Amino acid sequence: MINAIGRDIPEFVEGFGPVKKYLGAFNSLPEGNCYGPPIKRAAVGQSKLYHSLEDLFKSLKIESGMTFSFHHHLRNGDELVNQVLYTASRLGLKNITVSLTAAFATHAPMIEYIKNGLVTSLRTSGVYGGLALALSRGILPTPVLLHSHGGRPRSLRSGELKVDVAFIAAPSADDRGNITGVIGKSACGSLGYAFPDADYATHVVAVTDNLVPYPLIPASIGQNKVDHVVLIDSLGDPQGIVSGTTRITKDPVGLHIADTAAKVIEASGLLKNGFSFQTGAGGASLAAAHFVGQMMRAQNIKGGFALGGITGYMVDLLEEGLFGNLFDVQSFDLESVKSIARNPNHLEVSSDLYANPFNSGCLVNDLDVVILGATEIDVDFNVNVITGSDGVLMGAAGGHPDTAAGAKMTVIVTTLLRSRLPIVVDKVITATTPGETVDVLVTEYGLAVNPARADLRDRFVAAGLPVKDIQELKNLAHKMAGVPQTIAFDGPIIGLVEYRDGTIIDVVRAPNL
Amino acid sequence: MKSVVKPAQAGTLESNDIMIIVEPGANGIVLELESIVKKQYGQAISQTIIETVKSYGLTDLNVKAIDKGALDYAIRARLVTALSRAGLGPGSEG
Repeated sequence: MINAIGRDIPEFVEGFGPVKKYLGAFNSLPEGNCYGPPIKRAAVGQSKLYHSLEDLFKSLKIESGMTFSFHHHLRNGDELVNQVLYTASRLGLKNITVSLTAAFATHAPMIEYIKNGLVTSLRTSGVYGGLALALSRGILPTPVLLHSHGGRPRSLRSGELKVDVAFIAAPSADDRGNITGVIGKSACGSLGYAFPDADYATHVVAVTDNLVPYPLIPASIGQNKVDHVVLIDSLGDPQGIVSGTTRITKDPVGLHIADTAAKVIEASGLLKNGFSFQTGAGGASLAAAHFVGQMMRAQNIKGGFALGGITGYMVDLLEEGLFGNLFDVQSFDLESVKSIARNPNHLEVSSDLYANPFNSGCLVNDLDVVILGATEIDVDFNVNVITGSDGVLMGAAGGHPDTAAGAKMTVIVTTLLRSRLPIVVDKVITATTPGETVDVLVTEYGLAVNPARADLRDRFVAAGLPVKDIQELKNLAHKMAGVPQTIAFDGPIIGLVEYRDGTIIDVVRAPNL
Repeated sequence: MKSVVKPAQAGTLESNDIMIIVEPGANGIVLELESIVKKQYGQAISQTIIETVKSYGLTDLNVKAIDKGALDYAIRARLVTALSRAGLGPGSEG
């Protein structure tokens, strides 16, 4: 069947079930009631503490066929997923569904656990490294479900994703299950992606390598939601968890794009008191934030909130008073981790509050501007951030579709070519974010505006910005690089791209590797 | 029969560049191409290299190219430099 952006998707996928067709960014509505986990009880004097994962597995009777969940705040430093799967494998478990909010190079051991039948299903916002390549080759018996950061809490609320055991990496915990990510040798800052798991999982397990005296205050997730605490030697490698300092790009092309993006924001009319903003941690996105900060300073504008993955750069803007609040679902660097502890207006928020389209109001709905990247963008403004130009899994949807849907203006920043490959194409290989939610494309050769936003186009032209037609940008890329040979994607389906509302916006087919 | 007298190379393995190594040959123009964009531009890169080699009147040459997404003008410039260093045209002393 053909969905609302013209993608051919199957009506039924083996190992997944019937497919809900994407109908447009705002056209599918929620139905039914929220899923609820069992009602729980902790008896007076009952210990929650375990000293090994194996003890926990035996005590909880964790068995084959269950669903385990994990969050990715430890990023490429995470060792918890590997330790849990190792334990499950040693105990002979099979047929486990893994819900991991994003998978990194450090998670490559999962390849072996897929091969030995332990892991048979995976839900994630995206995959990097060796696991991505293996999944692209089709090693998983069922297609990997690729969701957005807002789509995941939606599926927990609806019960489409039922978690038997949530393993929450807790950089610090007490023995009653109060946990935080702000302190400890494995400190990662916000635990926002794990909050919904603590609300919906049958067993909520905090795994820590830093047990502190009771009570841990302030806790990110409280003892009323955590069923078990496991103390292990190490959650992972601090070097891979947070980067020291995130810096803005020095690349002149990146700076030029960032400068244009900032001028676009100024010309949009959205840059005024109360301005709300999200940008990624990529060099060009951060540079755009730098230029926006300069404009706010010069024009004495006081912003409302900044949202998202938070960097030290945004902390600087907060502490300077240029923004009133930071909402932090993921802390990218050491400065942002420290800031949560020091700044009461730097708030750790759940992915549900951040971006779930089916709750009573998520933060992305009040974004004025979001700046996002792309691995490809097509002439209908559909964006791919999941696969490379060769169709291999290489990135994450993250909050891309969510913020694009919520923000008053969504700006995509990218170079026109990347290693010869045109980034502006006729049709993206994998649609992640639908064009109807994308407003402006900024490249080093000019910008293009979604035809649905003639209002913005008029403002940019009036401001003297280099506005072009998106076809013109595509043709310019072809003129410089030549027209690429088309690659056929007719292999089996290895991935399903779930839009934030739970419909399927696209499929990923195995590339010819 | 026309080839170069000595092996030479030009270019780097940086992103958007190409490294080209030319060697005397005896079996026609033999191109060994590695490219991160081979699927999309393999034919175009081969064509650029072979046409440039032929423009020198060469009939035998071994060419190894490791491409990191170079545009056509960069490919031609690296090849011309490699051929020059191999004894053809200006700059051959380098």
